[in-house]
Amino acid sequence: MRLSEHPILNFQEKRGRKITIYFEGQPIEAYEGETIVMALHAAGIRVLGYTPNKHRPRGLFCAIGKCSSCLMTVNGIPNIRTCITLVEDGMKIERQKGKPKLPPTVKPPKFKEAKKVSGDIVIIGGGPAGLMAAINAADAGAKVILLDENPMLGGQLVKQTHKFFGKREQFAGVRGVKIAEILEEEVRKRENIEIFLETSAIMLLQDGDEKLVVGVRKNKELIEFRGKAVIVATGAMEKMIPFEGNDLPGVYGAGAIQTLMNTYGVKPGDRVLIVGAGNVGLILAYQLIQAGVEVKAIVEAMPKIGGYFVHAAKVRRLGIPTLTRHTILRAEGKEKVERAVVAQIDEKWRPIPGTEKVFDVDVIALAVGLRPSIELLHQAGCQIKYVPELGGHVVIRDSRMETTIKGIFVAGDSAGIEEATTAMLEGKIAGIAAALEIGIASPGWLKEIEKAQKELDEFRAGPFGRKVLEGIKKVVVE
Amino acid sequence: MSEIPHYLREGFITVEELKQFIELPSEERLRKRPVAIPECPQEIPCTPCKEICPTNAVLMENPNAIPIVDYEKCIGCSLCVQICPGLAFFMIHYVGDKARVTMPYELLPVPKVGEEVILLNRVGEEVGKGKVVTVVPREKSKGDTPIITVEMPIELAWDVRAVKVVRE
Repeated sequence: MRLSEHPILNFQEKRGRKITIYFEGQPIEAYEGETIVMALHAAGIRVLGYTPNKHRPRGLFCAIGKCSSCLMTVNGIPNIRTCITLVEDGMKIERQKGKPKLPPTVKPPKFKEAKKVSGDIVIIGGGPAGLMAAINAADAGAKVILLDENPMLGGQLVKQTHKFFGKREQFAGVRGVKIAEILEEEVRKRENIEIFLETSAIMLLQDGDEKLVVGVRKNKELIEFRGKAVIVATGAMEKMIPFEGNDLPGVYGAGAIQTLMNTYGVKPGDRVLIVGAGNVGLILAYQLIQAGVEVKAIVEAMPKIGGYFVHAAKVRRLGIPTLTRHTILRAEGKEKVERAVVAQIDEKWRPIPGTEKVFDVDVIALAVGLRPSIELLHQAGCQIKYVPELGGHVVIRDSRMETTIKGIFVAGDSAGIEEATTAMLEGKIAGIAAALEIGIASPGWLKEIEKAQKELDEFRAGPFGRKVLEGIKKVVVE
Repeated sequence: MSEIPHYLREGFITVEELKQFIELPSEERLRKRPVAIPECPQEIPCTPCKEICPTNAVLMENPNAIPIVDYEKCIGCSLCVQICPGLAFFMIHYVGDKARVTMPYELLPVPKVGEEVILLNRVGEEVGKGKVVTVVPREKSKGDTPIITVEMPIELAWDVRAVKVVRE
């Protein structure tokens, strides 16, 4: 089902031309500019495929190209990430069964035929960190190449309908969707930034004096991006927790639900249970109410609300309880979520018998944390450390966001899970630092780095910054 | 576990708890003109209320401090209610035996002036009915959030923090 009215967003304005795609031979209405899985979900199709061995149904999970749960065969080509691939008129989409093979008529592109694109700084990821890195590196004089595997810039900002915190010069009081628009406009008006969307970075290497990023555009075109420095701003991916039935279609990452309803105007379901009362879970609850979806409850295993109290208060006064010290026991249903069973847990995190509650829901939203997307950094050989305060494995870096490999920088959630506000500041630092290191920026730019570092210190100075600061102590070296 | 405050266990704050963080305005002040009340007990990095206040009535020692309103300086302009990203600012004004509570409203449909609405307390329970007396629509709001002022029995002023619009 598609959303028509929304208190914050206008989907009528955003939707492209109406086209037809075919799911297992059946025609389905879609809009140009949306991804395959959004059109399928709007048509009520939630089962996207079956696992090769146990034939368990698979549905959407992350909706940002990171989890492979949405792989389908598109126009005969298997293993297409349908969550980041745009619909095209007449497209044929099929569920995968077994282990599909590439048809013999299809030839993968050859490395020697790859298109070559050169610049000073290659930035991987067009979210808040990558966009700010691009703007600042470009202003410092660098020729910037910016790539993102999603069809639009903005990263996770494009689905944030809430107003941001912080200071007004850091966009406080402005909605995430609006911040994405502002930053995109800034990037697009700079002639020394070249943008490649729908382009996945699949490799990061040192090649002589250069950094080489191998990219794949639109699932088929191979491109070599070369620069003197690289900034990795690849964001994060949603965590999963173990419980019975956690792979049922309808168990979605919180971000996937935001993509459905806030980016593409598709109703994620009718009744939702949210797992996790951090900021993501609390904000999601409010956004679901705004989209006209019923939220049954938020369950949180910790004894207290982890996110900002004000986010909890604004859903509580609309009648949505946060059940602290509760966990999800199982998801039930045939081929899709039909019920969620939760229970209270004791001091040792064991479910207390007799406290089970059953919620009739068709969606279970997991908002149980994020982990940094460090695959490219890991593969390039950057030194990695496990730092739970920052969400998992992260890279060792200096205070200017440079990793242990000279010329490779990191920024935003891929450097450690935090906020979009801090991602923007880190992006600014990384963009300028990279331009300084390759000898393009004038020394006057150092002041801007110091200013951003001061703002980061200020933002992290409160109780919510303590954990992050503990984590940063473990990864920052000079 | 006893050190975890009630509001962080339950997701709402009681008036008694709120008083541990801020002093409430006097009845005399509440009758004089609308006055801003922040329900923001946690130190979070956020300053728009302080930055937008035209009379510097919102006091905040550092960006993570909780906002304290100087009720004598507050002119009841509602800009803090409009801008607050946490939707945690309200205004209260006593008029005769009624109270007028100003609150953010980011749902559809936005009620109209004169419309009767269901009053919700901090846990979402229906506690009565009120009448909408002013609406600042989103396009006129300085914080991209519509705000509404609802008239209600005076004894509900410290309970009601949301409304439900019911249309046939």
